[in-house]
Amino acid sequence: MTMDLMGFILVALIAIATAIGMLYSRNAVYAALFLVLNFVSVAIFYLMLGAPFVALSQVTVYAGAIMVLFLFVIMLLGAEKLPPAEVLPWQRPLAFVLALLLFIEGIYWLSVKAGTTAQIASPDATIGTMDAVRSMSMMLFQEYLLPFEVTSILLLIAMIGAIVLTKRVDKKGGQA
Amino acid sequence: MFFSETSTSGLFFNLVPWIVFAPVVGLLINLIIGSKLGEKGVGAIASLASGSAFVVAILQIISLNAHPEGAVVKVAEWIHIGNLAIDWTFRIDTLSVTMMMVVSGVGTLIHIYAIGYMHEDVRFKHDEGRYRRFFIFLNLFIAAMMILVSGNSYMMLFVGWEGVGLASFLLIGFWYDMDTLGRPSFANSNAAKKAFITNRVGDFGFLLAAMMMFWKFGSTDFDLVFAKVVEVAAHEPWVILWITIFLLVGVAGKSAQIPLYVWLPDAMAGPTPVSALIHAATMVTAGVYLVTRSAPIYTLSHDAQYIVATVGAVTALFAATIAAGQYDIKKVLAYSTISQLGFMVAAVGMGAFVAGMFHLITHAFFKALLFLSAGSVILGMERGHHHLPHGDHHEIFDPGDMRNMGGMRKTMPVTFWLYMIGTLALAGIFPFAGFWSKDEILLDAAKVFPHVYYLLAIAAFFTAFYMGRQIWMVFFGEARHAAAAHAEESPAVMTVPLMVLAALSILGGALNLPYIHTLTNWLEHTVKVVEHEGEVAAWLETSLGGLNPWVALISTIAALLAIFISWLLYGRTPLKAGQIDPLKKMFGPIYYGMENKWFIDEAYWFVFVDRYVDLARYLAQTIDWDFWHEWFHNNIIAAGFRGFTRFLAQLVDLGIVDVIISRWPVAVAQWLSEKLRALQNGFVRSYALSVLVGVVAILGYLLLNMK
Amino acid sequence: MVPVSYYLVVSVILFTLGALGVLIRRNALVVFMSIELMLNAANLAFVAFSRTFNSYDGQLFVFFVMTVAAAEVAVGLALIVAIFRSKHSIDVDQLSSLKG
Repeated sequence: MTMDLMGFILVALIAIATAIGMLYSRNAVYAALFLVLNFVSVAIFYLMLGAPFVALSQVTVYAGAIMVLFLFVIMLLGAEKLPPAEVLPWQRPLAFVLALLLFIEGIYWLSVKAGTTAQIASPDATIGTMDAVRSMSMMLFQEYLLPFEVTSILLLIAMIGAIVLTKRVDKKGGQA
Repeated sequence: MFFSETSTSGLFFNLVPWIVFAPVVGLLINLIIGSKLGEKGVGAIASLASGSAFVVAILQIISLNAHPEGAVVKVAEWIHIGNLAIDWTFRIDTLSVTMMMVVSGVGTLIHIYAIGYMHEDVRFKHDEGRYRRFFIFLNLFIAAMMILVSGNSYMMLFVGWEGVGLASFLLIGFWYDMDTLGRPSFANSNAAKKAFITNRVGDFGFLLAAMMMFWKFGSTDFDLVFAKVVEVAAHEPWVILWITIFLLVGVAGKSAQIPLYVWLPDAMAGPTPVSALIHAATMVTAGVYLVTRSAPIYTLSHDAQYIVATVGAVTALFAATIAAGQYDIKKVLAYSTISQLGFMVAAVGMGAFVAGMFHLITHAFFKALLFLSAGSVILGMERGHHHLPHGDHHEIFDPGDMRNMGGMRKTMPVTFWLYMIGTLALAGIFPFAGFWSKDEILLDAAKVFPHVYYLLAIAAFFTAFYMGRQIWMVFFGEARHAAAAHAEESPAVMTVPLMVLAALSILGGALNLPYIHTLTNWLEHTVKVVEHEGEVAAWLETSLGGLNPWVALISTIAALLAIFISWLLYGRTPLKAGQIDPLKKMFGPIYYGMENKWFIDEAYWFVFVDRYVDLARYLAQTIDWDFWHEWFHNNIIAAGFRGFTRFLAQLVDLGIVDVIISRWPVAVAQWLSEKLRALQNGFVRSYALSVLVGVVAILGYLLLNMK
Repeated sequence: MVPVSYYLVVSVILFTLGALGVLIRRNALVVFMSIELMLNAANLAFVAFSRTFNSYDGQLFVFFVMTVAAAEVAVGLALIVAIFRSKHSIDVDQLSSLKG
């Protein structure tokens, strides 16, 4: 049992535990906080996989920006909790069965069909340098230039969409 | 375009198509620009067209004198289907050229006469616009008649045969909107229809004969048919008999023989030049020409000759008796024409083709003369009527009724003498043309078919009698109507052609005088009489160069006796106005029959027309309407259709189609939708679950099938 | 040394939990969070493969996914706000007006 493996198992347990916690917390705020923890643990995975840039992005964009946005909305709406009223009694057991099937299929695929046996060592020195970021950036701005530009348009549209959706329209047709 | 198949270049044979084209050109000119030419121009064009054909015919005679064997000139291919090959081919031989001469010669004279006649006729009938139309029709007739006599096959002959039938129809019904007295009526157009339909019966016989020829001989060309006819006659004599009988039906239709003669008296509804040209001189002789042309066929069947000769002889006598009882000047001549056509048909039926043709020619002269003179008389009466005080103009006046005439030799002297010549020629008085030709027929009859001779001799007696009666009634005695007293002589444009015809009527006998036999030698190149040669030779020994003195003497005495009797009855004590006919006093019922045409028209009407109308009515009312429309339509078609549609609608459509196509699928869809409706519960989580089901299923499928 | 399949197993577990969250939670915000969790699970697999195949493509895909996720969150939260305004609830079970 190497240090790597022990660290991996630790982080994996945290990630799974926080995911389950998010799933079962009655309060939406708790769920959001659990999710933040989960994102952070995934960011640690990224670091372990030698992707420090992605890890940083994960922390800033997801754990920072997105989850803050979530919490903000939760606060705004004041809808942390819902009354316990189940209208779909059969939904829950069925969901569990399906999830189990999905999990089995995933494991089956990974272990039997894909059969990936590659080992991942600790990130060495070269990976952490700026060279990796540079070569990644070169790819981004050369090979993936078009998707990158499309992404910018996507963000623009999302911005406009969010503004339009949240804008109040009063009964007289005027704008508030 | 015109090429001769024989080596006769340099002669006039190649001009022969112009006997048809000239009248066609004439009619086209009159048709297109005739309205600008005026009456004289139209008449001149038409007469010139006919005259050109006459000139071409004369040129053919000149060529034939050098090459008596004649020629065949092919103008165009007409019908080529399988074995059937019919070309538009002109046949030039002595027979066809003789006919061309008669048709174009008499035709031209009648054209000229018609210039004067129609000038007045259209004015008396108050429709001057029809003047041009008359000459167009007349030229059409000449063209068709020329095709008839010049065609080289029975089918070409048939084209002309139908063409003259059409022209005849158009001209009989020329005043189609009135009767002969000018009153509004369908009488003239009915007469035209009668002629046309009666001729259809004959044409059907002709067609049957032509089809039989094609069936048995493989062709309708004269030469090809005649080449095989002897062979066929030896093996299948019935073929020859039936062809000749079918041809006889055609002849009876066109040449007005029993039983199809009934149209010719009614055809007098046409203007008088038409009566003279078509219904006396030329078209009606087409049947005689046809038999003469078919001489090689007829001479092979004694039975056929017997039938034809008998039909002709009976017709000759029968029509002559009717002629003696008529009052209309043209009707007398019409029945006379039928009678004389009977003489010709009897002659050609006996195999005396030359005699028949001879009589055809002379008859064309004197009968045209008689008809045209009669036309002159009628117009004279019209003029006289026109000059009467006004009150008389509105009475119904028949200018052709001999009972209105009388004493006209003083008012119309030229016409009288011309009519006299024609009468003597027709009666067969020496030395007029009719004497020679009629005598030749009687001579041949006496030696071949004695019963025909007796019939014809009696007919000749009647001929002289009714002509004498006519002369006495029309020209002698006192005028029985004011119009006759005021009648005026016709202008020169009418009388000059008559004089030409009168000269021909006097001298026409010279064509075939005893001992000289010009016409016989001329026609011998074409018509070779094979039968009765022994008899003819035997007879020639007892006769003076083809003139038997006894036959000639008997017929002359009979004619003179008939004229004398007619003088006793009509000349000695002229008829007074309103007096009944002396014959009627003497014979009563017999004369009543003669007067009423032996009720043949009524009999035909009763036997054929009424039965046909009954049948048509039966077919229309009972079969078509009651049975077909009412019963069959309602009970079978409509009810059957309704039943069928009910079956389709209720059983097939509602029972099967609806159940399978719509009811079951609808039920299934309804059931399914009610069940599946539960899935659409509106809960987004439920939809997500469905999506996951799909994901799991697809992923499972992919994993199980992954290699 | 950690086998790459371990990472993938974690990724599958997280994805399954995310899917489960979408299915069993009624709170629209939590459902949304579960979707984010699923995206993260996918990202983790991307990076793991990127590491295995020694290529940056996987990481770049993560980059794009993050962008899309950000846009999605912006629009999605706007939608939730709009829904809350009209329904005064963010219980997805209340939104059943499409019931057939």
